[in-house]
Amino acid sequence: MAKRIDVSDLDIYYGNFLAVEGVNVSIEPRSITALIGPSGCGKSTFLRSLNRMHEVIPGARVEGKVVMDGVDLYGSDVDPVDVRRQVGMVFQRPNPFPTMSIYDNVAAGMRLNSKKMRKSELDDLVERSLRGANLWNEVKDRLDRPGAGLSGGQQQRLCIARAIAVEPDVLLMDEPCSALDPISTLAIEDLMTELKERFTIVIVTHNMQQAARVSEQTGFFNLSGVGQPGRLIEFNPTEKIFSNPDQKATEDYISGRFG
Amino acid sequence: MSSTRTTPPSPPGTGRSVRRPGDRVFAGTAKGAGILILVILAGVTAFLLVEAFPALIAPAEEIPGDGGLVSYIAPLVFGTLLAAVIALLVATPLAVAIALFIGYYAPRRLAQVLGYLVDLLAAIPSIVYGFWGIFWLAPKLVPLYEWLERNLGFIPLFAGPASTTGRTMLTVGLVLAVMILPIISAISREVFLQVPSLHREAALALGATRWEMIRMAVFPYGRSGVVGGAMLGLGRALGETMAVAIVLSVSGGITFNLISSGNPSTIAANIALEFPESSGLDINTLIASGLALFVITFAVNMLARAIVNRRADFSGAN
Amino acid sequence: MTQTSTAPVASGSSAPPPRGRERAGRLARWVPWACFAGAAVLVGLLWPVLDLNIALVVLYTVVLGTLAVYALARAVEGPRRATDRLVTCLVVSAFGVAMVPLFSLVWEVVSRGIERLDVEFFSYSLVGIIGEGGGAYHAILGTLVITALTTLISVPIGLMTAIFLVEYATGRLKRAITFLVDVMTGIPSIVAGLFAYALFALFLGPGIRLGIIGAVALSVLMIPVVVRSAEEVLKLVPNELREASYALGVPKWRTIVKVVIPTAIAGLGTGVTLAIARVVGETAPLLITLGITNATNLDPFEGRMATLPVFAYYQLTQPGVPPEFATDRAWTAALVLIMLVMGLNVVARLISRFFAPKTGR
Repeated sequence: MAKRIDVSDLDIYYGNFLAVEGVNVSIEPRSITALIGPSGCGKSTFLRSLNRMHEVIPGARVEGKVVMDGVDLYGSDVDPVDVRRQVGMVFQRPNPFPTMSIYDNVAAGMRLNSKKMRKSELDDLVERSLRGANLWNEVKDRLDRPGAGLSGGQQQRLCIARAIAVEPDVLLMDEPCSALDPISTLAIEDLMTELKERFTIVIVTHNMQQAARVSEQTGFFNLSGVGQPGRLIEFNPTEKIFSNPDQKATEDYISGRFG
Repeated sequence: MSSTRTTPPSPPGTGRSVRRPGDRVFAGTAKGAGILILVILAGVTAFLLVEAFPALIAPAEEIPGDGGLVSYIAPLVFGTLLAAVIALLVATPLAVAIALFIGYYAPRRLAQVLGYLVDLLAAIPSIVYGFWGIFWLAPKLVPLYEWLERNLGFIPLFAGPASTTGRTMLTVGLVLAVMILPIISAISREVFLQVPSLHREAALALGATRWEMIRMAVFPYGRSGVVGGAMLGLGRALGETMAVAIVLSVSGGITFNLISSGNPSTIAANIALEFPESSGLDINTLIASGLALFVITFAVNMLARAIVNRRADFSGAN
Repeated sequence: MTQTSTAPVASGSSAPPPRGRERAGRLARWVPWACFAGAAVLVGLLWPVLDLNIALVVLYTVVLGTLAVYALARAVEGPRRATDRLVTCLVVSAFGVAMVPLFSLVWEVVSRGIERLDVEFFSYSLVGIIGEGGGAYHAILGTLVITALTTLISVPIGLMTAIFLVEYATGRLKRAITFLVDVMTGIPSIVAGLFAYALFALFLGPGIRLGIIGAVALSVLMIPVVVRSAEEVLKLVPNELREASYALGVPKWRTIVKVVIPTAIAGLGTGVTLAIARVVGETAPLLITLGITNATNLDPFEGRMATLPVFAYYQLTQPGVPPEFATDRAWTAALVLIMLVMGLNVVARLISRFFAPKTGR
């Protein structure tokens, strides 16, 4: 299931604008990797390049390699749609499909790809995914209700259930808790520690305590000035980053002396 | 950290994306539909040209009226413009006032309903306006026309003799004014709503009355929107057919006399009236006049859209 | 009427001392009303003397009332406030003026059309009818056939164009199509009719009259309306939903078909319904492409076809002798047409209310 990702010399462009430059990093399977850094430094852009989601924006493209278990995601014969089936994503704001019930939201990955499944199989998958997202007990009696009727935290867990229902190898999370209250945030963080047993997780966060709490590895992104590309300044085990970082810039950022 | 923003020599990222057959087919269909729009517009022009061509090269005496194509179409163009301009002159101030009323004067809760009432005017089919114009409005205007002839007859516009049926150019202009009222007021309302409340509050905070606020903050901001809306209304009035065909009593050529029973027809109404009974070169002549109408409305609409869109760009930047 | 809520301008006692020539006085709320009431009474008294009709009575009342308000305000409140009040009166009157055609039109059509709004009107054609009786059965069915055909042509083209503009197109092609759709919205309906006629006459010979020609003409008018409304609605679908779908490994076209369109379905339904309402009353293009018949013809590929607006037009303009029976039928046809259009407008509103995605929030 979980796979490792090796990124080498990755440059990410929006049109002619170089947004992220020269990223080299190895992301370990069955672990949580956190990406921190100031706004606009390219961490979300980098995250989206891991499942080729950034291509959705016209003019966006990359140079360099992203290799997942030996396969270059940007190889000439690789279909971005297949990449996204292997690398799931959870977004900053919960975005359940408003036209679908809770059940249909979880089954969406299968349904929208029109995979033929028997009803009982699908039922199993939905239950498994909702249990995996710690949401089953809260919604099992109202699976046919609209997904948008849940609270924000529940919606975000519904989105996680939807993402893991397609059984990806890697799960990307783009500030998954920034729109949630502390209690929902805690629930998601607990969930992440459970999910790392099965998936490779990469999370972008603005909350340094969160990075310290949940992740094994942490990467710090920064940019040297407006209009300059973002760079990965330091990538180290989380403990080291938060206690004894290699770079002065990392220490400044973490201790709040940034800028 | 000494990175420089460079443009890569050749973008290898493009062109190597794999696309699924489903995506290709769907995107192709969508693009085809879009291009079909271009084809239709080109087709409208081309087919009108082809069918109008025999009339363009025909000798003058074979065109109805024996005077050639230009002298056949000229009074029609005149009538079309005259009716549309009357409509525009009547409708624009009224529409602006209505937009102000709904936006700034009417009680908040009533405003939406009142706006809907004005929009209803746009939903009524044009032939029904024709019915209303000839049976309700025209007879009611006869006394007014007699009064105008008696008291303002020295102005060529009201020289008379006043029509006894009321089916005059002025009546047509008024009917058209009612018909284009909703579109002008809808666009005016839209641009008035876009006036930043900061501007309005700033004016009020300076001690301006409501009217002074509108003059200082709303009008300067909304002017080009109103002009664009009026142009769109003009485009609609130029092409309006059935109401004119039913209401207007047609005879005679170019005249500025608005209240007599001898009026030039409009292009659209003339086509509707003549086409069903025509054949041969007469049809080609009518299509040639339709081509003229198409060109006029096309120009007016392009101008209007350019004005309205420039406004949209501007407000989008705010 | 609307003098109640005034701008929060400094007024009366709470205001700083008046500067310059400005006076601090303020008219009581009831004063403008009293002015208009007084004007009405005055004009009412003059009514028998001056031989007025109702329109003139209203006109004189409004003018006199407005002048009275202005004069009073100028005396008490100063010229700036007086101008403000004058404009208020004018703006309210303008709205009143605009309502006159609406109400008189509806009243006229209903009162004249109700006469023949009977079972016979909906169940008989005009075959063998001279004078009394008969109905618009053939024309109503013809309108339904043509409208259905038009919808069938316009909705797929319009919807796909809107999808292209919102989801795919970039750069010059997008700008060109957007601009031309705008221009196409302004094509006069009679020109659309001429185009369809010219198109078919080129292949089938002159003098041709077919249902399908009318449907093509109406499509030229309907497609831009569909594109416009569908485009607006598709733009409202949040990008987050598209991204959520892509992130699940769903191809773009399936995302559009299964996520974007279902999310926008209420708006699309409303837009299409309003577009139908826009073309269902069109007369001019049908007049020159379909002609008219007295018998029922439901085959759009064979011969002339009656439609409701053209039926109304010919019943009114060529009524025969005696004219009153045909004129009655014309008014009833106009009434049915208005009911059809208003009904479609109501349906459009219901669609947008009941089919909107339920957020539960």
